[in-house]
Amino acid sequence: MTSTTADPKSARAHARAMSGTVVETMPTIPASQASDLPPTVRPADVAWDETIAAGGYASRQLARGTRLRLTDLYGDACGAMLVFNAERPVERLNIADTVKVQWNAYLGAGRLLLSDMGRVMMSILEDETEGHDTFCGASNRASNARVFGDGFNHGAHPNARDRFVIALAKYGLTRRDIHPCVTWFKPVHIAEDGAAELDVGPFAAGRDIVLRAEMDVIVVIANCPHVLDTRADYRVTPLRATAWRGPVTPLDDRVRNLTPEGLRAFQNVEDYYQR
Amino acid sequence: MIANDPLHGLAGEILHDEIVPARAPWSHTLRAGETLRMIDLEGNQAIDFLAYALADDAERYSAQDTIAAQGNVYLRDGSVLMSNEGRPMLTVLGSTVARHDTIGGACSCESNTLRYGHHTKAQHACVDNFLLANADYGRTKRDMVSNVNWFMNVPVEADGALGIVDGISAPGLHVDLRAEMDVVVVVSNCPQINNPCNGFNPTPVRMVVARAG
Repeated sequence: MTSTTADPKSARAHARAMSGTVVETMPTIPASQASDLPPTVRPADVAWDETIAAGGYASRQLARGTRLRLTDLYGDACGAMLVFNAERPVERLNIADTVKVQWNAYLGAGRLLLSDMGRVMMSILEDETEGHDTFCGASNRASNARVFGDGFNHGAHPNARDRFVIALAKYGLTRRDIHPCVTWFKPVHIAEDGAAELDVGPFAAGRDIVLRAEMDVIVVIANCPHVLDTRADYRVTPLRATAWRGPVTPLDDRVRNLTPEGLRAFQNVEDYYQR
Repeated sequence: MIANDPLHGLAGEILHDEIVPARAPWSHTLRAGETLRMIDLEGNQAIDFLAYALADDAERYSAQDTIAAQGNVYLRDGSVLMSNEGRPMLTVLGSTVARHDTIGGACSCESNTLRYGHHTKAQHACVDNFLLANADYGRTKRDMVSNVNWFMNVPVEADGALGIVDGISAPGLHVDLRAEMDVVVVVSNCPQINNPCNGFNPTPVRMVVARAG
């Protein structure tokens, strides 16, 4: 039987025949064709729609005012996320300041992601989940090797840290730039003795959180099993990211004015853009 | 009065002994096997602490890896400080204070504006100490990560509420760290005056390095 890829023209035809293939974990291009948008969102305003595979990663630059909806499609997503100021990535999410300034470590609707420059990077507008993790960070090659036997990104058990390394390289950033992360959809609560206790569910499919970019940001998401997840069969399910452009936060916004510390974080970002 | 000897129980030859003034940065290279004793001379003085692998300083202390590895947010006797590559960097050998913090991070001019108001922006802060001390090694702001706060008390309550509260250290208490790899430790003797992490009064600390024979 003659190979269908024996010469350049037939190889080209073979490659082009793949065009239009649809799988679950892929970006929607153009993003305006994204399905399941909130009724108030116009398709033309959609800036990003991508379903991130189990073990996969994605990243995106989002303009100030953009809403980012993250959906736990099947109830077992685990989205470790980094956030950078797109204009000057040396400013980045500071988890310690995020929990310390807000006097609380458990994220939910109304809470803010703060940078290391005293500014709000993103705010949480809606949250249908049971909670998130600000304590334990991303899995790495060593931690995945302990649970799954290996943690290589080229294998069956990719680790979140190496996913971050790859994603950041595409912005000219390196492993020096990997800061402590937030992990969406997998709650970690702290017991009285300080024990960090992970809840792996089961959780309902389709849980959403909606974030709002308060400055131009780069978000990087790795969807790998939580570092404390001891289930041996690499349990994680696809995560969908959908973003749409929206207005910059007005002065009378409810979230902006919730706490005196948060208000100053908004004032600092407003001051930053006053130029 | 052995019990009052600040070097009691610190085995081996003393390689280095230095008082770090109030509000100052400090850094030092520890070879694997050496022990660093940090002494809280006057009590309840937070020491903000980072560590970088000497061989490759893109490998550095990771608060999140440390918490995940021990399954607990507090640093106590026996805690192992882990790197961002999941490797042991230092071990807490002996601490006469029950627990230390690694979730509260370092104070900065910028975060002080959120926590206390813009009138505090010009006050000295740990991040400025870290930036200056790290600059000696060619490291920059990208190399900043969540740190340890020795002698600082940050309880986490059932609803997630947390905060820097009155300390549980006292004059003369100490913590010992044994280096598990060659590391550069970088310290800010915390200058914060707006919360109880230093008892509202920054004071000197003593750093003693020993190598067991």
